[in-house]
Amino acid sequence: MSLLISGVRLADGTVTDVAVHEGLIVPVSDLPADAERVDGDGLLALPGLVDLHTHLREPGREDAETVASGTRAAARGGFTAVFAMPNLTPATDTGEAVAYLNELAARDAHCEVVPIGAVTKGRDGTELAELGMMAAQGVTVFSDDGACIHDSLIMRRALTYLKPFGGVVAQHAQDPRLAGPSACCHESEISGRLGLPGWPTVAESTIIARDVQLAEFTGGRYHACHISTAESVEVIRWAKKRGIDVTAEVTPHHLLLDTPHVEGYDTTFKVNPPLRTSEHIEALREALADGTIDVVGTDHAPHARQDKDHPFDVASPGMLGLEQALGVVIDVMVNTGRMDWATLVERMSAAPARIGRLPHQGRQIAVGEPANLVLVDPTRRATVDRAASASRSRNNPYHGIDLPDPVELTLWRGAVTYRR
Amino acid sequence: MSAGSDSRVIWDSDDISRALNRIALHILESNKGSDGLLLLGIRTRGVPLAHRLGAAIEAAEGAAVPVGELDITMYRDDLRRQPTRAVGPTRIPVSVDGRTVVLVDDVLFSGRTIAAAMEALKDLGRPTAIRLAALIDRGHRELPIQADFVGKDLPTGPAQHVRVLLSEIDGEDQVSVRTEKEA
Amino acid sequence: MRHLLSAADLTHDDITSLLNVAEEMHEVQRRPIKKIPALRGRTIVNIFFEDSTRTRSSFEIAGKWMSADTINVSAKGSSVSKGESLRDTMMTLDAMGVDCFVIRHNSSGAVAQAAGWVNAHVVNAGDGQHEHPTQALLDAYTMRQHFRDAKVADTFRGKRIAIVGDLLHSRVVRSNVLLQRTLGGLVTLVAPPTLMPTGVEHWGVATTHDFDSVLADADVVMMLRVQRERMSGGFFPTAREYAHEYGLTAQRLAHLKPSAAILHPGPMNRGVEISSEAADAASSRVLNQVSAGVAVRMSVLYHLLGGEGAA
Repeated sequence: MSLLISGVRLADGTVTDVAVHEGLIVPVSDLPADAERVDGDGLLALPGLVDLHTHLREPGREDAETVASGTRAAARGGFTAVFAMPNLTPATDTGEAVAYLNELAARDAHCEVVPIGAVTKGRDGTELAELGMMAAQGVTVFSDDGACIHDSLIMRRALTYLKPFGGVVAQHAQDPRLAGPSACCHESEISGRLGLPGWPTVAESTIIARDVQLAEFTGGRYHACHISTAESVEVIRWAKKRGIDVTAEVTPHHLLLDTPHVEGYDTTFKVNPPLRTSEHIEALREALADGTIDVVGTDHAPHARQDKDHPFDVASPGMLGLEQALGVVIDVMVNTGRMDWATLVERMSAAPARIGRLPHQGRQIAVGEPANLVLVDPTRRATVDRAASASRSRNNPYHGIDLPDPVELTLWRGAVTYRR
Repeated sequence: MSAGSDSRVIWDSDDISRALNRIALHILESNKGSDGLLLLGIRTRGVPLAHRLGAAIEAAEGAAVPVGELDITMYRDDLRRQPTRAVGPTRIPVSVDGRTVVLVDDVLFSGRTIAAAMEALKDLGRPTAIRLAALIDRGHRELPIQADFVGKDLPTGPAQHVRVLLSEIDGEDQVSVRTEKEA
Repeated sequence: MRHLLSAADLTHDDITSLLNVAEEMHEVQRRPIKKIPALRGRTIVNIFFEDSTRTRSSFEIAGKWMSADTINVSAKGSSVSKGESLRDTMMTLDAMGVDCFVIRHNSSGAVAQAAGWVNAHVVNAGDGQHEHPTQALLDAYTMRQHFRDAKVADTFRGKRIAIVGDLLHSRVVRSNVLLQRTLGGLVTLVAPPTLMPTGVEHWGVATTHDFDSVLADADVVMMLRVQRERMSGGFFPTAREYAHEYGLTAQRLAHLKPSAAILHPGPMNRGVEISSEAADAASSRVLNQVSAGVAVRMSVLYHLLGGEGAA
């Protein structure tokens, strides 16, 4: 298809016409005469967003999400690529499992889907999975997400073994002794009052502190998933100052939602790591602005209703994120003046593509580049309605909140994947 | 007193005393003395009346009779139609088994209070007999219940309210009838 | 009152009314025929997701003595493992036309969640490590009786109440602190630092790690059960050391005021948190607590189900 977006502003402030033809951004003069015209006045054109941290639930829990529904939600949120976490049934821990996911994606996806491989077999933290055979199928990011690689030796081996493949270990940092399976509430006055098992901040930061030293020691690449605490930010800051090859991620919900949300035991707000208090939220925002945190990753975690309708400590942890991620980041970072649009593009598109080694994503909007882009109305707002989601699940923590609702049009490889 | 009603005093303190003395004598006569008697005042105003009756019987007979108090809230048949009611104490000084229990109330009206009181008594044991003493019987019974000892029969209309004041609770003794006037 | 979920929901007047009616219920308890018709035709379901013979029997007797139809549903073993969600379990039972649920659950907050899914009244019979409001009420009832017996003022205002033991995992302590916040008792929490709840400094109570320092002034000493599995959790080294530091030993008993009451929600670990000398002392009110439990629960059920607002 062919498209001309006229008079649209780019992240750097320049106003231009963007012409799309046969999957690429082309000179306006190359467009056929019958190209569709879109008035870009007042809109922003940004590179398509890239999510390093998505749970698609297929195969295994298609009642909660499928590749089709999850990537449709991604397209609505302005994403043109998502990395799919391996905590599926079966887990993505072999080359064959990766190949199967690639097939599913080729058939059903509304954006690029890149499987993440498990670091250990069955994600149980004891034996390395077939990392090389997964790398051969295109895997660049490895993670046991949902489970922490808590054994120091396994972490050392993974970092070392992946070096020839250029793979990165994406860690779910949670010391299983300091924050066990029942831990479900930020350890604080609130957990003490509600009687909920506490999830202390140090259970995250001590693992990251160990890991960054192992990354330095081995020369491997390390990525800290969904960091949620001021202490973790300090550790990452220290590691980067030393020149260690580490990156860090924050979720939209940890940038916006605080611990008091759990006071009514509403399991929609149960997430792992848990929602933290305002001083941690402030530290995360500051770190995202100054680049200590490299990327926003959604940790989009759909759950069927029956997995949430349990007591708080046993309900499944996780919340949706793909559709509201951009709105949250615009509200807490751009509208507050903490970040400009170019930095937002770096955190939500360029950096995640770079960490995940995705050559066709996260690139600037220029002639000759792949046409992965999102058209944004930065002033439009709406009250979030969980029923209106493209996801199969309804565990949307932003339900009823007024947020930016910016995405007008998403283009992936030159094709429209979402249009308001 | 609101403009829509008028109130007529029927009895003062002396009238009430005379009525209670008369009831006391009737009870003694019917029971052939005070042996085996147990006076139970139904809360709220039956309680001071029971104590006064007890004193009158003791004065006449020279022997004390046990006096207790009965709260029938839990036994009301309209319990569920009202907002939750406070429950008052029930004090039974001796076992009711084998006693002649005299229930004491201020005004006998529909009979439902007495029915509830008999229900309550049943849960407390098995009296030999249950008698009923009421200061005023104003009629309009809804159940087959009659008093054994009555201070005064006071025929009333449905728009009338009989009010008994007792010094222990209200600071003065008085029986009055208030009539709602038509608008 | 629609539900009893938290001691924090009760006003001073509510508590006074609950305790006063409980006294009348206690009188019923002493009768030869323990039966009153107040809840005739009402159906109460005791649903216990966690075993508790004591609390369950206490609620069951309370309902039966008031002529309610009481049914026990043992739901032990999480419904998660049976594949049924808590919401489905509750909505299914509610659809049968139950008037009141008495719920015990091993998860904090589960009873409040359940209350949101049903039309019936709900009484929290203990949720996880969160609250146990009827226990706090029966503790208050027992204390008030004790103050009367000891011929001291039967008000809570200014009374010194020491609560000692595994506070971190205790729902009893949370409900007692909330109830005494309304009643005016001066609570001191005593525990090793490892068993103090996070954020206890916001609870408006005194805390100490030195049990001996509170003995002389205490009007009430409430000993909480310490479970032996806490040792493997590393909360304290041995039962012997725990008893030495935090147990109500015979030596500590001797330092209490003669008028001080000893309470324990049970079951007791004799020799660990409480010595036999203390458990069996004249000032021990442990059995009074059990007997008060039925009266207080009758009063709670009466307040929820006895009147029109309840229907």
